[in-house]
Amino acid sequence: MEFNQQLYKKRQRSNAIGLTLSLGAMALGLFVLLWILSVLLSNGFAALDWNMFTQSTPAPGSDGGGLANAIVGSLLMVGFTVLVSTPIGVLAGVYLAEYGDQSKTAELTRFVTDIMLSAPSIVLGLFVYAIAVATVGNFSGWAGSLALSLIAVPVVVRTTENMLRLVPGSLREAAFALGAPRWKVSTMVTLRAARSGVMTGLLLAVARISGETAPLLFTALNNQFFSTNMNAPMANLPVVIFQFALSPYENWVRLAWGGALLITLSVLILNVVARVFLREKNRV
Amino acid sequence: MNATATATASKNALELRNLSFFYGKFQGLRNVSLDIAEHKVTAFIGPSGCGKSTLLRTLNRMYSLYPGQRAEGSISFYGQDILDPKQDINLLRARIGMVFQKPTPFPMSIYDNIAFGVKLYETLSKSEMDDRVEWALSKAALWTEVKDKLHQSGLSLSGGQQQRLCIARSVAVKPSVLLLDEPTSALDPLSTAKIEELIDELKHDYTIAIVTHNMQQAARCSDFTAYMYLGEMIEFGATEQIFFKPERKETEDYITGRFG
Repeated sequence: MEFNQQLYKKRQRSNAIGLTLSLGAMALGLFVLLWILSVLLSNGFAALDWNMFTQSTPAPGSDGGGLANAIVGSLLMVGFTVLVSTPIGVLAGVYLAEYGDQSKTAELTRFVTDIMLSAPSIVLGLFVYAIAVATVGNFSGWAGSLALSLIAVPVVVRTTENMLRLVPGSLREAAFALGAPRWKVSTMVTLRAARSGVMTGLLLAVARISGETAPLLFTALNNQFFSTNMNAPMANLPVVIFQFALSPYENWVRLAWGGALLITLSVLILNVVARVFLREKNRV
Repeated sequence: MNATATATASKNALELRNLSFFYGKFQGLRNVSLDIAEHKVTAFIGPSGCGKSTLLRTLNRMYSLYPGQRAEGSISFYGQDILDPKQDINLLRARIGMVFQKPTPFPMSIYDNIAFGVKLYETLSKSEMDDRVEWALSKAALWTEVKDKLHQSGLSLSGGQQQRLCIARSVAVKPSVLLLDEPTSALDPLSTAKIEELIDELKHDYTIAIVTHNMQQAARCSDFTAYMYLGEMIEFGATEQIFFKPERKETEDYITGRFG
């Protein structure tokens, strides 16, 4: 074999260039991320105190105050969203993976779901404003929950479908071979085999919606007072952060940082939990 | 190849007549006719892609899960035509069980793996179900190994144990026919031996059809053997006859390893 020294040198050079470029890109991304996190952590932890969890958002000009109403509002709306979008999303995912498969309805559902996944969340917020706020005449927690559901459902549908598709066909056949009807095979065998993946999808959907601001601006709006009435405007962390961060009051800005830290930490925790679930799935 | 092989004196569980099978446009089986005798083991041998598994999958209509696959001809199961579109497929599959090449335990406990199929067609009390689970696991020679961990996941068992669990699961619903699609190809020799003993045991109560790549296995545990090639049944007869004095040259070449 004749060794082409020149070709080898050239390949080494292009390898070095490629490696440098990709390492640089990674360093840039990591640097920005760490920068954001460090600013958030230093400002957020400085703002963190017990009052944040016990007091409601302060009136303009008054001292102190907390985020209790916004935390409870966010929990309520996200909670109802999960209650609504879990059955819809999981069942639709089961339909796509187990029943519809290549049918026209399934193709259409997949197409619409993909559009919904990439639709700007502000558009979904406006849509809910038009159908559930403008017609009723007031902002409400329900409208906020509805807007969040529109974001969560497509995420759940697609992850459920993808996770079910990972279940080997042989497992399905084995269940059919015992004489099981399709609905039993789907619920007792395939969904069970994919359950940790489906759970991961749910957690990721929650992580996704808990930081959404735009769809809540037009729907739940905000509420200065503590309220658990889903028919009335409802305080929530993202909108409070948005309003307080832009305000001239020093204690408001401080609370905005605290709220931002709170959301980031809960999303982080959800992601970690989701990964643990997924790891358990892979171990089996 | 239309000459129907009638190597049997006893009753037939399944009678195949001019069975052809299509994967879309590709023809996987050509005019296969043969009888599967009751309470005997019938083995299907032949090179990969010859249609052995396809044949097995027509017997419990497994192919019906996939649009584009269809069978022509007739398969009579104690007089009832399996290929009849009006045939209740779920009921048919409860009576003609199947065990696959790879172990496929369901993601549930060992006990529930067995109970799953039973619950589909029978309502048993807790103690009756306990008895049935023990009975099925004993039949599959697995009871002594798992009796203290019935509520552990079926996935925690070894490969050979998982395969016996799958056999127990099929046996538990008390089918009349068991289809075994290369049941030992993923197993070590010891587990294979156990399953072969099991087949010998099970044929007293069940009619068994087995697809295998292992010719010694076919010789060891079957009563009848069918040699298939390119979707056609080349020769069918009593196992000794096929292995010791095959009538056709192709069969002899395959069996003696002079194939191709």
